[in-house]
Amino acid sequence: MKLHEYQAKELLAAYGAPVPENYVASSGAEAADAARKLGGEAVVKAQVHAGGRGKAGGVKVAASPEEAAQIAESLIGSTLVTLQTGPAGAPVHKVLVERTMEIERELYLSVATDGSRRRPVVIASASGGMEIEEVAQTEPEKVLTEPVDPVIGFRAFQGRRLAARLGLPAAQTRPFSALVEACCRAYDEKDATMIEINPLVLTAGGELLALDAKISLDDDALFRHPAEAGLRDASQDDPLEAQAAEAGIAYVKLDGDIGCMVNGAGLAMATMDIVQFAGAKPANFLDVGGGAGEEKISRAILLMLSDPNVEKALVNIFGGILRCDVAARGVVDAYGKADRRPPLVARMLGTNADEGKEVLARSGLNARMADTLQEAAAAIKE
Amino acid sequence: MSILVNEETRLLVQGITGREGSFHAERCMAYGTNLVAGVTPGKGGQTFEGRVPIFDSVSEAADATGANVSLIFVPPPFAADAILEAADAEIPLAVCITEGVPVRDAAMVMRYLEGKPTRLLGPNCPGLITPGAKAKVGIMPGAIHAPGKVGVVSRSGTLTYEAVGQLTGLGVGQSTCVGIGGDPVSGTTFVDVLAMFNDDPETEAIVMIGEIGGTKEQEAAAFIAAHVRKPVAALIVGQTAPPGRRMGHAGAVITGKAALASEKMRALEEAGCRVIPTPADIGATAAAMLA
Repeated sequence: MKLHEYQAKELLAAYGAPVPENYVASSGAEAADAARKLGGEAVVKAQVHAGGRGKAGGVKVAASPEEAAQIAESLIGSTLVTLQTGPAGAPVHKVLVERTMEIERELYLSVATDGSRRRPVVIASASGGMEIEEVAQTEPEKVLTEPVDPVIGFRAFQGRRLAARLGLPAAQTRPFSALVEACCRAYDEKDATMIEINPLVLTAGGELLALDAKISLDDDALFRHPAEAGLRDASQDDPLEAQAAEAGIAYVKLDGDIGCMVNGAGLAMATMDIVQFAGAKPANFLDVGGGAGEEKISRAILLMLSDPNVEKALVNIFGGILRCDVAARGVVDAYGKADRRPPLVARMLGTNADEGKEVLARSGLNARMADTLQEAAAAIKE
Repeated sequence: MSILVNEETRLLVQGITGREGSFHAERCMAYGTNLVAGVTPGKGGQTFEGRVPIFDSVSEAADATGANVSLIFVPPPFAADAILEAADAEIPLAVCITEGVPVRDAAMVMRYLEGKPTRLLGPNCPGLITPGAKAKVGIMPGAIHAPGKVGVVSRSGTLTYEAVGQLTGLGVGQSTCVGIGGDPVSGTTFVDVLAMFNDDPETEAIVMIGEIGGTKEQEAAAFIAAHVRKPVAALIVGQTAPPGRRMGHAGAVITGKAALASEKMRALEEAGCRVIPTPADIGATAAAMLA
């Protein structure tokens, strides 16, 4: 689950990480008030769950409270399209009004879990303001990492080492180390999967500040963080994806026209690949999950069909825990309820596959049955 | 021979009285696995299916029955505790099926397991099976497997079944099939399983199924290049997935170039693997490799 910048900064500030003075505004008047508190000049930042806001016109400097109000009014209620939002963009409901400052240096800092090292790592770079992936490509020696032991946490000596490698002035060593420790504590205690401060700035006055902040929390751990679970902004998600998530279905909208409904993430990816290799384009990734029942299968099919781009549907079930006859009944149920019934290709293997095929054959759905992935691909192409 | 589970396997199921635990314990037993004990705190003294004793704790179960593999079906909030309990009882192999274990819990568990005799498979994995020994420790449909000489290792569940289905359909049997799971932090890795297959005299060839996201396939490729003497066929799925999107498996999100399918395929090809071109070609590629 992603947090907005203002939520991320509030969380980090609660752990003692320094952030610039800022106020959240939902209207032009609130933005003007905020700018007044900041002395008139302020930065107005659109709050969306995506990076690339600056280039997309979502971050602007206001010279006066009046201008802050104007910028806020133009942003609030608009849809911001950035490189990371996709063409549909993300709706702006709030802006963050923040004090301006003279920046001496921009650094990069993040915490994420490294699957290979099986623990969180702190990632830092002297090239702030750039995408870390880009830095890793062009100047890998500039990407510094420090593993965080899950038992002892991030330690001061690691902070000193990072500060030295970043070339920070001696006076900044302690504040920097404390800031990284604060991020690591927040990461651990809130079950984050990513905390990214980009840029982390050193101001002309010698202050270290988190100028931007992104936080993602582990969806699987929200059960023990009820307060953070309430920070979810569903308006930032694709409506179909949000619906799917609520039903426990993994769904990702894509831009093709072949609807796919599969059990298991790996097989769902394999199915997308097969569709693409056949010269068609998948409309979605959909993993209905392991222990799905008839009702969940039906919901998944209806969800897939509610994407108006779907011209053909491919159901690929390898029965294990999920029985094929149960899946087939779910498919029949959904096709009975759906407004539109695109041609269906179905493949059923594993537990109760014959019974599943039988259910589909008797349903009158005119489903085209495929035994192998090749046959499924060929049927989709026709 | 085989790896990890065989005729000597004495299976314990943690969470045996739950809906999934009882269903799959029964299926494992029906396949021929030697199920010796179940554990559900508070239900010690009862029996499962009228003959398998249930204990309150893993250590009691292990002491009484000599269980040497634990299969874990415990809900996500308590899964880490269940793994730690198995490790505390020094069970050599713990297989955690549970999906949705918080990443922090998995990292903490792996830190605890350092230097301990317990190996963890999973979490969020289908388990493993040795068809020749009738040892099924997991949720896979047993009937699709056949005894043979190909070792299968995969990050996925149903895609592993797909691979096995294609192999068996072409008359290619399996030594052991291992699902390592799709979570970002997990116990047993591709490298661990490849090393075991490499040393297993019964395994003549290896099928490896990877995914987009992370760098685990590159680590496998480096190990294959340096150590593996047996032919390896490898498939990477998610070749057509858009970047930055999580495809069901928490690990399957493309972040950075290394996580791309094309990068992984290139690394595996350079390591001397036969790259399986599409998911439809798993069986045929493996069969050709054995010929």
